[in-house]
Amino acid sequence: MSPTTADRPVTGLWRATAAIVWKDLTAERRSRELLSAMLVFALLVILAFNFALDLDPKTRSSVTSGVLWVTFIFAGTLGLNRSMAAEKDRGCLDGLLLAPMDRSAIYFGKMLANLAFMLIVEAIVFPLYSVLYNVNLFLPGLLLIVLLGSVGYVAIGTLLASMAVQARTREMLLPILLFPVTLPVLIAAVKGSAAFLGGLPMDEIRPWLNLLVVYDVVFLAVAFMVFDFIVEE
Amino acid sequence: MTKTPTALKVLDAVSVLLLAVAAWMVFAYAPMERTMGLVQKVFYFHVAANWVGMLGFLLAAVAGGAFLVTARARWDLLEVAAVEIGLAFSLIGIVSGSIWARPIWNTWWTWDPRLVTVTVMELIYIAYFMLRQGIEDPDRRARYAAVYAIVGFLSVPLTFLSIRLFRSIHPVVITSTKAELSPKMFQTFMFSLFTFTVIFAALVWHRFRLGQLAQRIERLRLDRES
Repeated sequence: MSPTTADRPVTGLWRATAAIVWKDLTAERRSRELLSAMLVFALLVILAFNFALDLDPKTRSSVTSGVLWVTFIFAGTLGLNRSMAAEKDRGCLDGLLLAPMDRSAIYFGKMLANLAFMLIVEAIVFPLYSVLYNVNLFLPGLLLIVLLGSVGYVAIGTLLASMAVQARTREMLLPILLFPVTLPVLIAAVKGSAAFLGGLPMDEIRPWLNLLVVYDVVFLAVAFMVFDFIVEE
Repeated sequence: MTKTPTALKVLDAVSVLLLAVAAWMVFAYAPMERTMGLVQKVFYFHVAANWVGMLGFLLAAVAGGAFLVTARARWDLLEVAAVEIGLAFSLIGIVSGSIWARPIWNTWWTWDPRLVTVTVMELIYIAYFMLRQGIEDPDRRARYAAVYAIVGFLSVPLTFLSIRLFRSIHPVVITSTKAELSPKMFQTFMFSLFTFTVIFAALVWHRFRLGQLAQRIERLRLDRES
């Protein structure tokens, strides 16, 4: 908790959100444990795929988007688990709950911080993958899909992570809760990415883009509405 | 509370009767389908079972919302009942679909979008029970389960429905041949749907009462221990 928020009776939603994001980013900048773990893990997943799928140039083009997204969601789960567990274990969550602010700020703050971590990992994996496999991933459309997909994934992931962290089997529980629920986002993201990579016409990509946007909005809205019930004591 | 209410007994009897009539209609009343033959008869109960599964998940989401608003334990019990029965009926739907697919598609399983979404739906509600098991505090368990029932329903079942609605985006391989149903087939189909809905209501009621009894036992045990 930063002292500035404790001095005031009620902090506005956006100020509180910004404070939480800033807190998470600062903690990460000093410890660097989350990002490094996510990154190493992401690279290991890509390497594992390399052997498992025999990524020769021919098969590569058809599976690239799938490989990328599985890598992202695996690394993302790691980050989601860790970010909520850190709050719980060190009693920070109680501090956040006691803070005089709208509790949605906790959700949005954690969500944006998780999104930031995920985007950083993606920003590093993208050029690496491009170099390692000699494909150009830097297409504006693909970047948009990655952004939208990550938003949807993190939106529901942050909500479910804050539930899983309270359970006995938390590290195991999060992927089990999260993966099936997030499937619509994942399917749309994989299909959309593959369509951009394959250079398909916009007509065939738009349905996936629409689906992504719809689920981003739905997940964000629902998480926003129900988050209070999760942290309520 | 321990005695079965008369209305429920009547509902039980009606369900058994309706099921018998539905079975008779499927095998004797509805005409034999020309190309698929006998195996087409799976269709009536297959769709009905899936319909009940969907109904269960919808009811669970509604009960979850009601629980979050009112915080009354009965909504939680209703939610569990609905999920459990929805899960069982979706499984019946998958298995009966497989039985149909074996001779018609020449395989037990294909990765058609609808089959995938139904399977993932099962996984969501299995995860729902794992979530419930993982949390000890009953109040928190009920709240989290309610949230998950809502989120889960918004995710995959909605996708499943949208696949049906927006066929232009997703190819639909399974054809229900609805347009080609003869009047007798259509009547049998509607009657099966109705029958399964009544069975669903009876089962939910039973499961709800079971939940109430379990809750009472838990309370008695806690009283004795303290």
